[in-house]
Amino acid sequence: MDTHIKVRDLNVYYGKRIALKNINLDIPRNQITIIMGPSGCGKTTLLKCFNRFLELVVTSHITGNIWVDSQDIYANDVDVTEVRKRIGLLAQRPYPLPMSIYENVAHGLRIHRMKNGRTEYHDAVQHYLKTAGLWEEVEKRLHEPATSLSIGQQQRLCLARGLAVDPEILLGDEPTSALDPISSQHIEKILLGLKSEYTIVLVTHILRQAKRLADYVIFMYMGEVIEAGQAKDIFENPQEELTIEYLNGIF
Amino acid sequence: MGMKKRWHLRHISEAIMKIVMLFSCLIVICSLGAILWTVLSKGIPAFSWEMILQVPQGGYSQGQSGGILNAILGSLYMAGGGTLLSLIISLPIALYLETYLGEVRWADLIRLALDVLWGIPSIVYGIFGFTIMLAIGMRASLLGGIIVLALLELPIMVRAMDEVIRRMPKDLEQAALALGSTRLEVALRIVIRQMMPGIITAILLAFGRGIGDAASVLFTAGYTDRVPTSLLRPAASLPLAIFFQMSTPFPEVQQRAYASALVLTVIVLIISFSSRLLASRLGKFTIK
Repeated sequence: MDTHIKVRDLNVYYGKRIALKNINLDIPRNQITIIMGPSGCGKTTLLKCFNRFLELVVTSHITGNIWVDSQDIYANDVDVTEVRKRIGLLAQRPYPLPMSIYENVAHGLRIHRMKNGRTEYHDAVQHYLKTAGLWEEVEKRLHEPATSLSIGQQQRLCLARGLAVDPEILLGDEPTSALDPISSQHIEKILLGLKSEYTIVLVTHILRQAKRLADYVIFMYMGEVIEAGQAKDIFENPQEELTIEYLNGIF
Repeated sequence: MGMKKRWHLRHISEAIMKIVMLFSCLIVICSLGAILWTVLSKGIPAFSWEMILQVPQGGYSQGQSGGILNAILGSLYMAGGGTLLSLIISLPIALYLETYLGEVRWADLIRLALDVLWGIPSIVYGIFGFTIMLAIGMRASLLGGIIVLALLELPIMVRAMDEVIRRMPKDLEQAALALGSTRLEVALRIVIRQMMPGIITAILLAFGRGIGDAASVLFTAGYTDRVPTSLLRPAASLPLAIFFQMSTPFPEVQQRAYASALVLTVIVLIISFSSRLLASRLGKFTIK
């Protein structure tokens, strides 16, 4: 297996309370990894460790290491903005930026000075809106406020915005949970299409969604990784009692 | 089924409370109406175009002819300059409180300090400013007025901005951070944009306080019959013009005080309405 993210001896505390206990993981490149488990098990906390969002919580404290390829993302000489540029996040609820549809996608390109001149920007915006399956719907209204879009469209806009800064890893924190079934399906389809180019890590508590998308599965319970492995193995032949109970809908 | 409406105590108390609330609202509307009526009914007869086009003639500041152009320009310069200066200082404070001190104690200390400053009467600002100016050998001047108004407006502007910036959705900031923005980029490119309508309201509130204040500029800017031409010369202001005109024993000059009040009110209304318009324009892109 080609490991993209490597987690070793990761412990996370909120104040004195331990939220993640001794996590060791190898997340495969260019696949969809699903983190699942009951609510409060630490799925989102783990996800936040990957783009260093955890440190936005003042009381949090982290020990252990996370490597993206050979780079320790918690090393002292690491630029946190660079980490977040390379590791994109699709949030639970879409939050477009307070600007036009066009500017939402162009924003990341501008702050990282990735393009020069109008045509380069325009081409990039068009490209990423197409990737996110939104171009046809917004082509004629690029300069309208992003809030004029439906929730489902907004989430695809957020995806386009995230892809525009050219990440290699895409995190998703239950990215379809605020969406209607059709929009969710749309997002799932796009994510499946993206995995050839990106490593995708998704948190979900919807078992059926996990089964539809997962190549690799991490099952968590009470801040610990109970079982991790190929989706096929975990779903068809789980080893741990807790995993079996979870898959059978016991909790 | 006993679902018919009956007059229980709780229904009666609701009805009474509703009347009390309505009455309180009426007081607000009536006060505004009464003020506007007084200013208009007394000001319009005394008003003439020369009032806003000329400086006073025939006697120091209470002249019976001529106009109050000196005070109009003085007030606009002082309140405008003061508001601008205050904005330059306030915006970084407000952004700092929100962006870097989100959950830190020190932010509350700064907020407390601002609230105390807010409560200090403007005459105290005036005396304070005057003392400082004496100490550094500065004369009452337009610049002195601008600085003291900036100080006077600072707490109201920062706190008004702070309140809107605090309502900023955390998720929105995180959305920007997730793209690899620095905190400063989030503050300058996202928070300001999202909060623009609120920031404009804060500016308006501060400007309103500044242009209407007489006590603080009394010692610091002084008064003159001339149109302000230099930052280092004394400058007139509308509230003081009204005060001086009103305190004369001559009824004609007292009438002119109402016309001056009318001019001041119209300036404030114009600024109010145009900033509302601007705020709603700029609010088009904000995230609800």
